[in-house]
Amino acid sequence: MPKMRVGWITFTCSEDSTILFLELLNKHFFEWAEKIDFVYFNALKKSGNIYELKDVDVFFVEGAISNDDEKKKLEYIRSISKYVVAIGACACTGMPSAQRNFFDEKTKELIRARLEKFHLNENVLSVPQVIKVDDIVMGCPMNEDAFVKILNKYLALCGAQ
Amino acid sequence: MRGAVGVFMHKENFDITLESISKIEGHAGLDIHVRNGEVENVKLKISENMRFFKEAVRGKRFNGAHQIVSRICGTCSTAHLLGCIECVENVFGIPLSNQTRILKHLTMNGLQIRDHSMHLFFFCLPDLFGKDSVLDFKTDEEKELLHKALHVKEVGGTMGNMIAGRAVHPPYPTVGGYSKIPSKEDVNKLITMIKEERESAIEFVDLFYEWQKSLERKTKYVATKHTFYNFLEGELCDSNGVCIPDFAFTEHLHKVVIPYSQAEGFLYKGETYMVGALARMNIGRDTLHKDTKRDLGKYLSVFPSDNIYHNNLAQAIEIVHAMDHSLELLETTEFKEEKPPQIEPKEAGGTGIVEAPRGTLYYYLEFDSAGNIALADLVIPTAQNQVMMEKDIGLLVQQCLDQNIPRDQIEREIEILIRAYDPCMSCATHFLQVNWNNSGKNN
Repeated sequence: MPKMRVGWITFTCSEDSTILFLELLNKHFFEWAEKIDFVYFNALKKSGNIYELKDVDVFFVEGAISNDDEKKKLEYIRSISKYVVAIGACACTGMPSAQRNFFDEKTKELIRARLEKFHLNENVLSVPQVIKVDDIVMGCPMNEDAFVKILNKYLALCGAQ
Repeated sequence: MRGAVGVFMHKENFDITLESISKIEGHAGLDIHVRNGEVENVKLKISENMRFFKEAVRGKRFNGAHQIVSRICGTCSTAHLLGCIECVENVFGIPLSNQTRILKHLTMNGLQIRDHSMHLFFFCLPDLFGKDSVLDFKTDEEKELLHKALHVKEVGGTMGNMIAGRAVHPPYPTVGGYSKIPSKEDVNKLITMIKEERESAIEFVDLFYEWQKSLERKTKYVATKHTFYNFLEGELCDSNGVCIPDFAFTEHLHKVVIPYSQAEGFLYKGETYMVGALARMNIGRDTLHKDTKRDLGKYLSVFPSDNIYHNNLAQAIEIVHAMDHSLELLETTEFKEEKPPQIEPKEAGGTGIVEAPRGTLYYYLEFDSAGNIALADLVIPTAQNQVMMEKDIGLLVQQCLDQNIPRDQIEREIEILIRAYDPCMSCATHFLQVNWNNSGKNN
C-alpha cells in the first residue's frame, strides 16, 4: 500500500494547530506513521529546502500570509500538491493574525516602521485569498474531529487507508 | 594529516547559514561568520512574522483579554492566558478562593507535562539516538520507548482538557475563577493516569541524565521561588539569592535591540542570564515535592548546574514533580461550585508573573476607569534567553573549530544546542518596539 505524501507548513500564526496535531499523535502516531510519509514537517523532522520538494499528495497549511516570501512559498506548495488543506482560523480566515488590517490609522502608523523593516505587507491575507484550497479545517485551534475526518478522506482518496 | 587539516581549519574563513532550524517552536535562522578560524559573530534571527498583539489588546476589556493573548502562542497559550489573568487579578485586587488557586496549579502542571514532553520527546529524543526524527524510530525497543513517551505526554494534554477545558487556548480559566470545575469521574481518571505513567516519566529522567553532553559556562539564572516548587506563586530570585518584588522586575532588565531579529533581547542587571527549567532547578530544587525528592535524589545532585544541556534533564524532573504535586492536589481536594467574586474595574496598572515552561513570563497591563486595556507590555522567556543563546552558539562553534569537527556536524551540534534552550519563536516576536530611522538603522 503506498504511503500518502504529506506536507505540513506554518506561516504567520501561533502554531496552535501544529501543537494539536502533536497532541493527536499521542493516540494516532503508530497508525499514521504506517500510512503517511511526512515529506515536509519542520516540527517533526529536518525538512530541507521547500523549493526542492515535489509530488506531494496533501499539503496542510497553517497560518495567514503576511509577506511576499510566504506568498511565493504558498504558490509553490499549490503547484506541487494534489490537494491543499487550510488548517485553523488564521489560514482559513486570516484572523487573528490579520487583526492589524483593522487597526486605526494612528496604530497603523505606530507599526509602519516595523512592517517596512521586516518586509511585511500592508495587509495580512488568508490562504484562500492567495490560492485555491481543496478543504478547510476551521477553529482556533483547528477542530480535531474535523481534521481527523478530512485526513481519513484523503487517506482513502490516495489509496493509503 | 589530521594536524594539517587542523591548521587549515584554524586559518579558514567561512560562513554558516541555517535558513531554518528544525524541531523548535516557530521559525528562526542563523548566521555565523568565522574569520581566521575564530568565530567573529553569531546572529540568531527570529524570523517568525510579527502579529502585533501588544497593539491589538489595547481597548480590550479586562475580562476578555486573556483569550486574545492566548493566541500569541499555541504551545505556551495556557501560560499567556494565566499570566494575563493573574495580572488583571493583581491590578484589581480580586480575592481568589483556595479552590481557584488549586485549579490554576493543576492547569500549569498539566501545561508543563504536555509542553516539556513535546520538547523532550518530539524535538530532543532523536538527538539522543543520533536520529533526525521520531519517525525514524523503527526497532521494537525504540517503538516501546516512544509508546511510553506518548503516554506521559498524554497525561499533560488530558489534564489540560479536564481541568481547563482544552490543552490549547483553554476556555474555563477566567478572571477571578474557573467557569467549570472538574467532575469527580475526571479527577479519578487523572489520578489513575498519573499513577500509571509516573514510572515511565522517571525512566525519561534517567535517559536524559545518562546523556553525556556538556557545554559549561557561567551565567546568572532567574526564576520565581516559593516555599513549594510551582509555576504561579513566589517571588523573583536570581542564582545569587537576591530576590526582588514583581513590580521591580523590569527595573532590573535592560532591553537589547537586535536589529536583524524580529524579537528583542534582555540583560539582567547588565549581565547575561537564563530563565527556564534549568534556572528553576538551580534556584528552587530544595522545594520540589517530597515524593520527587525521595525518588530522584541521584539526579537532583547534578544541580546547580552550568551545563546548558541539563535544561533537558531539569524539564524531565519537572514532569515528575508536576505529576507528584498534581496527584496530591487531586487526592486532597473536593471540587465544589463556587460563586464568582465581584469585580470592580478601576484606572490602575500592575504586573502578573508566571513560570511558563520556557521561563519567567511577565505581564504589565494598565487599565482605564472602564476596565479597558490602555497599555500592555510583556517580557517573554525566549527573548530573555536570546543573548545567552547567541553567546553559547559562539562558544560551541569555537570549541568545535578547535577540535576540527566537520562543518555538517557543527551544524547538527548547533541545532541540538538551540533545542536545549527550548526556544519558542511564536512567543518571541510581536513585542519588539524599536524606532528605526529611514535608513533602516536603529535610532
